[in-house]
Amino acid sequence: MSFLELTEVWGKPQKDIFFPSGSEVEESTDAPIQRTVQPIVTGSSVLALKFADGVMIAADNLASYGSLARFYDVERLTKVGDNTIVGAGGDISDYQQIQRLLEKLEIKEGNYGDGYALQPSYIHEYLSKVLYARRNKLDPYWNQLIVAGVDGENKEPYVAFADLRGTTYSAPAIATGFAMHLALPMLRKATDDDRWKTLSKESARATIDECMRVLFYRDARSLNKFSVATITPEGIEFQTDQSVSSKWAFAEKQYGYGTQTV
Amino acid sequence: MSSIGTGYDLGLFFSPDGRLFQAEYAYKAVENASTCIGIKCEDGVILALEKVVTSKLLKPRVNNRIGSVDRHIGIATTGFIPDGQHIVKRARDEATSWRDNYGSPIPGTVIADRLGNYVQLFTCYSSVRPFGVMSFVATYDSEGPHLYMVEPNGVYWGYNGAAAGKGRQVARNELEKLNFSSLKMKDAVKEAARILYATHDEENNKEHEIEMTWVGVETNGIHTPVPDELLQEAEAYARRIADGEEEDIAMQE
Repeated sequence: MSFLELTEVWGKPQKDIFFPSGSEVEESTDAPIQRTVQPIVTGSSVLALKFADGVMIAADNLASYGSLARFYDVERLTKVGDNTIVGAGGDISDYQQIQRLLEKLEIKEGNYGDGYALQPSYIHEYLSKVLYARRNKLDPYWNQLIVAGVDGENKEPYVAFADLRGTTYSAPAIATGFAMHLALPMLRKATDDDRWKTLSKESARATIDECMRVLFYRDARSLNKFSVATITPEGIEFQTDQSVSSKWAFAEKQYGYGTQTV
Repeated sequence: MSSIGTGYDLGLFFSPDGRLFQAEYAYKAVENASTCIGIKCEDGVILALEKVVTSKLLKPRVNNRIGSVDRHIGIATTGFIPDGQHIVKRARDEATSWRDNYGSPIPGTVIADRLGNYVQLFTCYSSVRPFGVMSFVATYDSEGPHLYMVEPNGVYWGYNGAAAGKGRQVARNELEKLNFSSLKMKDAVKEAARILYATHDEENNKEHEIEMTWVGVETNGIHTPVPDELLQEAEAYARRIADGEEEDIAMQE
């Protein structure tokens, strides 16, 4: 036997030892299991920031199929319990499944009737565990989620993030999708160094609107129709069908806009 | 009892004259239990039961016997308390399963049917015992309000007014006087309190606590406890009527 014949099996498991003939592995003709490897119908940006009296969270109503703007009326903010909103970017069908999980959780907790209410921090912990467990099964819910609300007895403003990898973090301002790059600097300008503690509701809304405007101009997976939820100790104000003004006169000078003449 | 010593009451099989003694004994477990009533009104359903305060050490108003199932269902049970808790748990499982399968709240008629069937199973095997409870199922769904009472043998009927437990006869007599088609939830709360007070045994007046829940238009279709304020108002009304009747009797004498 030559040296070259031996090298052929180097590093390979020896079939007759590890998978003796007649074993399931050897005989299986099934194709390998395929997991979700990409999102299909997707939502993009969610923005959330703290301000003096509470938190504000916003997301547009677009669901894209690749680069196609497929659905214009998708609500990507969900109310959970009395003082929490969950916003989602990423795969819309996975988000709908998460909505079902949250409704189940809400009903189950409500049935105890013990006077304890689901708080944003509980919901964030729950979601991050669901996401992390699914990631470990290599079958993730393909989403980036923002949980926003007023938390605990003192109704402290609360904003936290969780994603398909099980990553979590909390900050005064958080964004998902393209807003993570385009809007976050603007949100941080308004909230960093404890500035959110003196930020008025009107200024918070103006910041959201400005972010939405920039996103509409620059993110091709955005829509000028969005929802804004404001959560304060007094309750949730849910505004739908919001929009911002935009000017497109400059666009004719932009290369790539409209019919190509070159 | 004629059954004693014959052996026909020692398992779940028919006696020669066609009776299931174990199933019948289960009714006995409920006969002396605390009184529980249900009222179906025009716009919702009221569940009310009366709990004897067996110890001053018990924390008041927290050891509840009426459970919520999903958002739109309430189940009150009287009889063996743990059996009742199991029924509520089972109902929750059924409601969850319906939601998982169909993505909508379980209809009132379905939850009653599922519970009835479940309870009936426990009259079919010698290895188990029947449930020693009467269960009142109150729901408000797209079809309107429903009230069912599931009995220990598994039978379930729909009611306008239902009563079980120690004071059931008095309560049923009082319930029959109500006009269910025009009764509103808020008035029914008062009537429920009045009826429970009417069942009180004057000689043996132990301390009682009333637990009352409702579901219907007044609660946006969500099963919740009747607010404390309204319950106290209803109890005050019930007490006035009970005292008034005593005075009337005293005056007649």
